Amino acid sequence: MDNTNIVLEMKDISKSFPGVKALDKVSLTVRKGTVHALMGENGAGKSTLMKCAFGLYHPDEGVIKIDGEEVTFQDARDAMDKGISMIHQELHPIRTRNVMENIWVGRIPYKKIGPVHWVDEKKMYEDTKALFDDLDISIDPKRSMGELAAAHCQLVEIARAVSYGAKVIIMDEPTSSLSEAEVDILFRIIRKLTAQGVAVIYISHKMDEILQISHEVTIMRDGQLVGCWPASELTQQIMVSRMVGREMSNQFPPKVHTPGEEVVLEACHLTSADPRSFKDVSFQLHKGEILGLGGLVGAQRTELMESIFGLRPIASGTIRIGGQEAKITCPQAAIQKGIALLTEERRATGIIPMLSIEDNLVLANQTAHPRQYDGGKLFLNEKKRTGDTQKYIDSLAIKTPSQKTQIQNLSGGNQQKVLLGRWLLTDPDILILDEPTRGIDVGAKYEIYSLMTQMAANGKSVIMISSEMPELMGMSDRIMVMCEGHLSGILDGKTATDEQIMMLASTYEGAEEGDIAK
Amino acid sequence: MIKNKLDTKSLLMDYAIYVILTALVVIIAVISPKFLSINVAKDILMQSAVRIVVAMGCMFIIISGSADLSGGRMVGLAALIAASLAQTANASLKFWPNLPELPIFVPVLAAMLAGVCFGVFNGLVVSKLKVPAFLATLGTQMIIFGFSSLYFNMEPNSSQPLGSLLKGFRNLGGGSILGIPVIVIIALLVMLVVWILLTKTCLGKEIFAVGGNLEAARVSGINVFKIQLITYSIAGACYGLAGALEAARTSSATSAYGSGYELDAIASCIVGGCSVAGGVGTVGGVFAGVIIFNVLSYGLTFIGISPYWQNVVKGLIIIGAVALDVRKYAGKK
Repeated sequence: MDNTNIVLEMKDISKSFPGVKALDKVSLTVRKGTVHALMGENGAGKSTLMKCAFGLYHPDEGVIKIDGEEVTFQDARDAMDKGISMIHQELHPIRTRNVMENIWVGRIPYKKIGPVHWVDEKKMYEDTKALFDDLDISIDPKRSMGELAAAHCQLVEIARAVSYGAKVIIMDEPTSSLSEAEVDILFRIIRKLTAQGVAVIYISHKMDEILQISHEVTIMRDGQLVGCWPASELTQQIMVSRMVGREMSNQFPPKVHTPGEEVVLEACHLTSADPRSFKDVSFQLHKGEILGLGGLVGAQRTELMESIFGLRPIASGTIRIGGQEAKITCPQAAIQKGIALLTEERRATGIIPMLSIEDNLVLANQTAHPRQYDGGKLFLNEKKRTGDTQKYIDSLAIKTPSQKTQIQNLSGGNQQKVLLGRWLLTDPDILILDEPTRGIDVGAKYEIYSLMTQMAANGKSVIMISSEMPELMGMSDRIMVMCEGHLSGILDGKTATDEQIMMLASTYEGAEEGDIAK
Repeated sequence: MIKNKLDTKSLLMDYAIYVILTALVVIIAVISPKFLSINVAKDILMQSAVRIVVAMGCMFIIISGSADLSGGRMVGLAALIAASLAQTANASLKFWPNLPELPIFVPVLAAMLAGVCFGVFNGLVVSKLKVPAFLATLGTQMIIFGFSSLYFNMEPNSSQPLGSLLKGFRNLGGGSILGIPVIVIIALLVMLVVWILLTKTCLGKEIFAVGGNLEAARVSGINVFKIQLITYSIAGACYGLAGALEAARTSSATSAYGSGYELDAIASCIVGGCSVAGGVGTVGGVFAGVIIFNVLSYGLTFIGISPYWQNVVKGLIIIGAVALDVRKYAGKK
């Protein structure tokens, strides 16, 4: 490849966090006036690399050069001054103010008359207008930001990046909340930008978009660089195999269960009440089965499971439990039907930090079956509470000084085990685990896997949402894959390959025809 | 990583309220040794009793992670209702001229019932209409004061302070059993009931869970709506009882009663170790929180310091307590 026109060069960048090497000598070369796509599975290190490029993280090792000159960034502001801008996946516009104020916030043009800095509304308007005209954006600078659609917010954000004189604009999943038509608008602006010599780093999971817009593609895996190729040499198949190509090791317990035929849970044409969420999902869960649920960020897996658990409203479709139609509108109802849900966000929706392990562990069961704990009388049976807690401290090997220790003082893995204990205590028939091993160490992971196979062997059914391919393939009897709110396929766990999963996760064939018809 | 250190610093932080209370008593006693007497203790407890009952109610709300500004006015309305139903048969300008003398539990229960009604109202507004608790209860506060004033202004009373209360009713505030003031016994009983509810029952555990992490509680199957309704109702019952006691203690009632009590109660709870974020609080701590303010006002007068200084010291203690709380709980996130 030629070495001309390089605007940003990152060489041998390494970055470690306690216990994890997030980046291991990764290099990235971005040319002027091109779109450079950055790909990889969840956790491959894309975001960490971009945060280094944008001054949010300081790399432990490595060199960053802009236009051939070595630079270090103090912070994001410093990176912006030096020509790098980043458009985050989640935008945070000031919705109550107008478009132009959003663009110039922090550096609003002013006239100085006496000691007072008066806002120069006229200059601000004209500057914004000129900026928009240059990019072919037709938004009135005086409109309130809150009235704009997601795609237009994105365009304003891009214009803002350009207004800083950005040479490189990083876009993190810019299309995740856009409709097809809106994506076209975005692509038009990106092409306009590159024609003006700006380089765009484009992070996305959507392979068709990448092949459509980008010139070069860098692929990362497990914090390491896989390689960089011209987009013209790539196909979806090649990209998938380069993203996932890793060997499997013996990190999973042997299977001690055989799934039965009996259907314990059946979802028929479930559609979320939220129009942006899942649509027309149907699946069956068998007795004694571990059903994996894969997909990329934004596939609406969590939303689907939380709806089945009664946490989110369903617009249409039915849920059958043990053949009986079940109306589940709140978690209490789901628990009564024998469903348990270990949520994804341990801190936000799991632990009650200042309460003891005991209070946290018995919570769900005590709420569902107060009689077991107070015998219908006023006072709680402390013996039963400590007994139940001790049972799970022992069987799950929870490391804690005592039952009265506040749960916030335990490690992530032990907190997760307490929460698992909370649900196991309710003796569920269907255990839904949402990213059960995220952020916990290898040892605790193995113990959680063993527990899942044990549950299945005892005739219980498990649904596991996971974004980790090896985990999905290593643990599941069947793997159900979702893509952008649709069920894109169900694979046999024994024969599924990561290429197949990745393919299903990033394409939903049914959807495309439907969208074109619109 | 397991933290189980009981170092002096965290011990001091956990028991700060008791340390400050002891220090305060010691300082006042050194300046004026007569402060350490049974009568002074009795006076302070009698003055604290109504505040304790209000603070116990308020504590439920704060532990459940909510806020309540309507408590003071609820005390005022309850005092009026209790007093209007507890007048002697021959009282001049009797509120309800044709009402016979009622057994004393009637005015007390009526006062509590009024409290519960407005508690339910608060609970519905907060959990169904999703109005932030702070503003919802600010609204309720005004509504209740409006009703109090209307009630107080009814013919033939026309906003005259209510008097001539039944002796039995007045005894609730001024009588004693075996030398212990009845009002203090009632306050202690309320504390006992609250302690049992909070620490020994399923309901108590659920209230702590909702305050500690509302989303986690919901996922665990707790009916958050029910819990919020219950906490506001219990608080209302406490405010109602406190109103009746206030009328009994002063043998009177006007619509101005209870003004500002809610802020004192919130201050006592926070100083007593309840977390502003919810999920934390003990009966003993809140009790000490109430006592500390009354020791302060009584003690400063006792040693001849201008009562106007009291508010300065009170304010500083509140700010200090919250600063401590923020370090203790928010710091761990």
